[in-house]
Amino acid sequence: MSLWEYANPVKFLGLSARVQPFLWAAATICVVVGLIWGFFATPDDYRQGSTVKIIYLHVPAALMAINAWFMMLVASLIWLIRRHHVSALAAKAAAPVGITMTLIALVTGAIWGQPMWGTWWAWDPRLTSFLILFLFYLGYIALWEAVEDPDTAADLTSVLCLVGSVFAVLSRYAVKFWNQGLHQGTSVPMATGGRTVSDVFFYPLAISMVGFGLLFLALVLYRTGTEIRLRRARALLARRKREM
Amino acid sequence: MIALLHRDLMLAFRAGGGFGLGLAFFLIVTVLVPFSVGPQSELLSTIAPGVLWLGALLACLLSLDRLLALDYEDGTLDLLATAPLPLEAALSIKALSHWLTTGLPLVLAAPILGLMLNLEPDGYIWLIASLAFGTPALSVIGTFGAALTVGIKRGGLLMSLLVLPLYVPTLIFGAEAARQGAMGLDGTTPLILLAGITLGTIALMPFASAAVLRMTLR
Repeated sequence: MSLWEYANPVKFLGLSARVQPFLWAAATICVVVGLIWGFFATPDDYRQGSTVKIIYLHVPAALMAINAWFMMLVASLIWLIRRHHVSALAAKAAAPVGITMTLIALVTGAIWGQPMWGTWWAWDPRLTSFLILFLFYLGYIALWEAVEDPDTAADLTSVLCLVGSVFAVLSRYAVKFWNQGLHQGTSVPMATGGRTVSDVFFYPLAISMVGFGLLFLALVLYRTGTEIRLRRARALLARRKREM
Repeated sequence: MIALLHRDLMLAFRAGGGFGLGLAFFLIVTVLVPFSVGPQSELLSTIAPGVLWLGALLACLLSLDRLLALDYEDGTLDLLATAPLPLEAALSIKALSHWLTTGLPLVLAAPILGLMLNLEPDGYIWLIASLAFGTPALSVIGTFGAALTVGIKRGGLLMSLLVLPLYVPTLIFGAEAARQGAMGLDGTTPLILLAGITLGTIALMPFASAAVLRMTLR
């Protein structure tokens, strides 16, 4: 029994159909609990007031925006090395979810930045990096749309994803070099060792982050299933056209 | 390899449009800038390094879709792909000829346009150095973009969308070096980082370009 068995579309669809109800339920519970707890049951920050609560949307979305690209990178590598179609389709399915997460992070950040920093947008390294990430997503999705042959499209977008990852990391450091930022440091304890937000804010945030992760997983499984069925329907149509 | 370089350069010179067009575009962008931001010389001299870098970048981008598209249409690329010369080498040569016909003239023209934008006297040497170090990276990355979109009909706009984000690090370090130089500071650090990016892309990007070109030609 190996992981690669699920490269078979039928097995993949079977497993994802069995797992999905639980995933959706868990994701809904986590997101709803995290957001309601965060929005209504936490105290206002003494300097930021109630605007701080947008963090429960902003941070999980930003986290998943980056992880979605990372997942696409892994899926692209699997496609290039082992040529499993499910993997290429999963990368394709993840891109729109990732770009939505990026957009949510950018928009919530702007809404929060207006009262706090006094500006909707600043050319801060983190903000700029996210905008660049958004452009990478846009290019990736546009390339999928533009190439007609599905296998060639999978190949080209996979290489773009690899090259894009290298350049996205490069851009991140270039942008840091270019401008010192307004944006506060990370609020996730794993990244810093010490915790920078107090427990009252942290627990709902953690639940919300887990919820967004599960939501991402559920959406990707669902969309991958759709892509597989779409591919199958196209193949059936093409076969019928040949027989006629 | 020399023959291929010779052929590409000849085509660029004689077929018209390829060689002078990038330069003319660079000139027009630079001329339009004072119209759009106003003729105050202090303002112009502050933004001159950035404007010149952006103009050079766009001029490079404009000439990219001619880089492979014509050879793709008449089948030259199929021959190159089956030739004993590795496709990676052929694409490096293509990038080199693109740089010789687009990047190098831009480097040489930049000081004259800098004069028109009232660039600080200290800035010229940094501007030329940063453009000379940076434009090869623009050509090499651009070759990747051209190879990626060569099989797509009307891929020009898509190529801009794909290539421009890849240009970000080069632009940041290049414009930073030119700007610090123009302010009378020492721009060595961004210049070295820029050179690093250029060398890295020259070494690695041809492999990615050749890989995507093989996928398209398959």
